[in-house]
Amino acid sequence: MQALSPRSTTRLGQPARGLLYTALVLGSLIMLAPFLVMVVVSLWPNQAFLERRFPLEQITLANFSETFQVIPFGRYILNNAIVAVTATVLQILISSLAAFAFARLRFWGRDSLFLIYLATLMIPSQITLIPNFLIIRALGWYDSYQALIVPALFSALGTFLLRQYFKTIPLELDEAARMDGASSLRIWWQIILPQSWPVIAVLAVFSFQATWNDFLWPLVVTSSDSMRTIPIGLSYFVGQYSTAWNLLMAGSVIALLPVLIVYFVAQKTFIQGVTLTGMGGR
Amino acid sequence: MEAMSRNPAHASLRLRRLFRWRPHQQWEAYLFILPSVLGFSVFVFAALIASLGISLTDWGLVGPKAFVGLDNYRSLLRDPVFALALGNTAFYVVTIVPLQLILGLLLALALNQGLRGRETFRMIYFLPVVTTLVAGAIVFRLLLGSNGPLADAVSAVGRLIGQPLSLPDLLGSTRYSKWAVVLLTLWKNTGFTLVVYLAALQGVPQELYDAAHVDGATSWQRLRHVTVPLISPTTFFLFILQTIGAFQLFAEPFVLTRGGPAQSSLSIVQHIYDSAFRFALMGKASAIAWFLFFFIFGFTLLQNYFQRRWVHYETE
Repeated sequence: MQALSPRSTTRLGQPARGLLYTALVLGSLIMLAPFLVMVVVSLWPNQAFLERRFPLEQITLANFSETFQVIPFGRYILNNAIVAVTATVLQILISSLAAFAFARLRFWGRDSLFLIYLATLMIPSQITLIPNFLIIRALGWYDSYQALIVPALFSALGTFLLRQYFKTIPLELDEAARMDGASSLRIWWQIILPQSWPVIAVLAVFSFQATWNDFLWPLVVTSSDSMRTIPIGLSYFVGQYSTAWNLLMAGSVIALLPVLIVYFVAQKTFIQGVTLTGMGGR
Repeated sequence: MEAMSRNPAHASLRLRRLFRWRPHQQWEAYLFILPSVLGFSVFVFAALIASLGISLTDWGLVGPKAFVGLDNYRSLLRDPVFALALGNTAFYVVTIVPLQLILGLLLALALNQGLRGRETFRMIYFLPVVTTLVAGAIVFRLLLGSNGPLADAVSAVGRLIGQPLSLPDLLGSTRYSKWAVVLLTLWKNTGFTLVVYLAALQGVPQELYDAAHVDGATSWQRLRHVTVPLISPTTFFLFILQTIGAFQLFAEPFVLTRGGPAQSSLSIVQHIYDSAFRFALMGKASAIAWFLFFFIFGFTLLQNYFQRRWVHYETE
């Protein structure tokens, strides 16, 4: 008799286990293959890929330096970092201020307003795409950091998740702080926010990932090389160098590195976030 | 509303009670929500109304707007490219959503067997979810290209079994281009479904399996009658979420095939983008966006209605 492992649903025999492992490893290889191909092709001259021969002595980093020369990748990365970091920080501040009021203050119209916020989750972003483009143009923000950052700051989902979390923090903490003369602003900053790190971390990695990888909005509101983000720069790169696979793969590796680093550092938070937002549907 | 106007004394009492309860909190609360409400007012609420207004005009971005009523909507119903984009998007929805749910569930079931290395597998399967889609799409252009590595592999298998096998040109044929988009999307998103399902499976109480086991249920019966009903709320949630996502596909076909060849992989959202930002048909593009909204909204309502037939909620 085999001991029942805590999360096992069936008592698997050795052959079944072997089969499962084989399937899972094969699946993993399929998932990883695109990354492997990307790295291999980026490390050899294009000729190596065309001939499918990758002699070790020809390994080179030249593709990376050439990629940086033909397109301003450094600038794209800088733009991405500025936009993703600023948008993430400001979005969490703005959402948490609103969530604080929704969760812990009383005011006229609170619950109806919150319902309206929730209802906006139903609206596909494509509907507001054209008006927002016009608003950005009217504000004189076309092709600027403001265009990339400001519309990303208002998140109904973020406000909702923060409000739900704030509601679980005991109200006595606020009461005690108020007795000591603390203002609401101080309670928000010194009591509620520090208590809410788990959900803030989740929102931060998600918002960072979403702004880093966003495609449609930057495509619409940027036009110059100095404002482009990595995904947009990469997609133009495909148009210009559609057969220079070594350069395209080097560019892809560069584009992926920052977000993969964030993933490996904050992996647990990512998974928690998916289950947190995923379980929101229950 | 009605009750309040009929009973003014009651209404004013409520109002007074509201204000007596820390009156300073009233205006303070409005300050807290101010930045958020300002942003929503401009970028969501005003934008919504503007979008509706623009969809009723004939407007080329510069010059005056001409009010045309519902003409944009009417002419879309006769527009062959819109019909094509709609058909393609329907294809994406009916292929991607079931495949992703089934693959995600199978993988989650496999990972839920208490195997060693579960965290590592989960990490690998989730990796494509966080990657920049454009980078993934570029590798898929290389992998699926007519003389790419996948074509090599297929002909190698052909040589091995002594039969001439060749991979059809996935990216360059009007017949298969949509499948290329489906493959890319499955690679990118299945890990998400897997992680959500895995969390749901962990929530199924072990006692139920033990009880079913004692009653002599086979593992298939346990899957069919214990696991699947218990995780049906998750299936419902993923189903809605993935369907909305499939309706909104843009970057996948846009980077992989540019919507081609001959618009064979064009999605609705790319049709919006092309109409607005390539051909400056703002009214038409807005009308397509509203059609998209109605499809998504109608679909969600329909699913919500049918869910009682197959979604099992635990009653308190």
